Amino acid sequence: MSDPTHLSLAEARDALKSKQLSAVELTQAHIDAIEKSRALNCFITETPELALAQARESDARLAQGEARPLEGLPLGIKDLYCSKGVRTTAASRILDDFTPTYESTVSANLLRDGAAALGKLNLDEFAMGSSNETSAFGPVVSPWRRAGDPDAKIVPGGSSGGSSSAVAAHLCLGATATDTGGSIRQPAAFTGTVGIKPTYGRCSRWGIVAFASSLDQAGPIARTVRDAAIMLRSMAGHDPKDTTSVDAPVPDYEAAIGASVKGRRIGVPKEYRLDGMSAEIAALWDQGAAWLKDAGAEVVEISLPHTRYALPTYYIIAPAEASSNLARYDGVRYGRRERGRDIIEMYEKTRASGFGPEVRRRIMIGTYVLSAGYYDAYYVRAQKVRSLIKRDFDEAFAAGVDAVLTPATPSTAFAQGEKGAADPVEMYLNDVFTVTVNMAGLPGVAVPGGLAANGLPLGLQLIGRPFDEETLFSLAAAIEQAAPKIERPQPWWRED
Amino acid sequence: MSVDSATVRRIAHLSRIAIEDGEVERLRGELNAILAFVETLSEVDVDGVEPLTSALPMQMKKRVDVVTDGGIADDILANAPLREDHYFVVPKVVE
Repeated sequence: MSDPTHLSLAEARDALKSKQLSAVELTQAHIDAIEKSRALNCFITETPELALAQARESDARLAQGEARPLEGLPLGIKDLYCSKGVRTTAASRILDDFTPTYESTVSANLLRDGAAALGKLNLDEFAMGSSNETSAFGPVVSPWRRAGDPDAKIVPGGSSGGSSSAVAAHLCLGATATDTGGSIRQPAAFTGTVGIKPTYGRCSRWGIVAFASSLDQAGPIARTVRDAAIMLRSMAGHDPKDTTSVDAPVPDYEAAIGASVKGRRIGVPKEYRLDGMSAEIAALWDQGAAWLKDAGAEVVEISLPHTRYALPTYYIIAPAEASSNLARYDGVRYGRRERGRDIIEMYEKTRASGFGPEVRRRIMIGTYVLSAGYYDAYYVRAQKVRSLIKRDFDEAFAAGVDAVLTPATPSTAFAQGEKGAADPVEMYLNDVFTVTVNMAGLPGVAVPGGLAANGLPLGLQLIGRPFDEETLFSLAAAIEQAAPKIERPQPWWRED
Repeated sequence: MSVDSATVRRIAHLSRIAIEDGEVERLRGELNAILAFVETLSEVDVDGVEPLTSALPMQMKKRVDVVTDGGIADDILANAPLREDHYFVVPKVVE
């Protein structure tokens, strides 16, 4: 086979089963692609030997007709997932050479099902960022370039920027990601890929470095809706080690691809039509609604009145939870340690040198909103507003809406250094359409809608009822079918 | 609400993050920009609204109170920056 990195995950699976290709050939082709693509800075740690050993085992199983669901398929793992025996960094200096003695449940599920792990993907430090520029290991570059502007380095979104860039550049068939406020869906939208954040509790959080535990959820980024469905089926499932993991059977999500969406009610929330929304984004949104109508769905306007409070609520709750979760980085049990005259100075110096500026800022905001005298005014009030945001969705679903359609992001991707330098809030606004979904614990998927006039991808978002990922896959597949096909970006970055 | 430089220093200390004198003004500006952004929540009527404590209604799962793990002291200490036998070593904390 000429270049197997052209295949989708589903196509590669079928090619392996029909013996047109071996798992070792498929994995080696991706290892070669990664070696020639270091200019994109997608990987923090490459694990080619590990991937090839897994591929050899897969070839043996394929020969015996004992293929598991993901047999021989090479994937990338976001470096927020603990990998047994492989350095895990969360893109932070503070973890230093931390090498877990255990495997996260979700990545263990992928390995159980036969996948090969190509390495650990770059991200924003502790998943805090929307452009992958906060990584201690340098920014990730998107394979996409703006029309007529070949010098600008375009961001792949964040925090799962290594995942989205590697998938878009065909360095892996799919990748794991995590989403606390939009960190799967925004990078997918920026790179013309598909990303789904499942319902809170669908995937185990055990062994994934914690950011904001009531919002964090694992999910895949892939090049097609079908590929995302195949990956999620393996990633999801009950785990006794995470008390918020839900004990419910995992459906065959792939079976939902191609299912009719006739008669489905799609809500279009009027509050998402922000003042100053670009004409291009508004047109994409209308086009998405038209595609679903053509497929037989019914589109209705709905109201989610507390939408505009979601982002401010997030910037209280997420930093509060982060300040508590990140208290564990004290230089005692693992990671970096700086010397101090006493233990307090040791903590303070360790954390000052180990955390980057965005992480320090969020820990401080979180500490402030939880501190005596401010707890009720900020934190408790934000938790109450979160109830109202969730209630908006509950009421829309109770009124018969099956899913909600919105743009995924307020703009296309931007270039490194263009946003957030003077005011951190400017960067936060990237998540304005995605953050409501984490607030309410709902599933949300980003699916490509086409290219903007500047040549960069644009994405649509579908939001579903709790644990109804199947409807999202059916609707996303209908959009994928109708939308203009996004061609693979020209490999300008390759060092051949 | 906005924070002054003394509050910035207090938050940094509560956060156990050392800051240089030269950083205080910049941090004050950044924290105040975020606080101004979240200020809009004060206009929401939250009377009678319960704070959300769980993203989805779920019963806290319980398990039988038995030992299911353990005997892995070497694993737990494997990444320690400083250790002695089966202990983490830290600067002296009691006089």
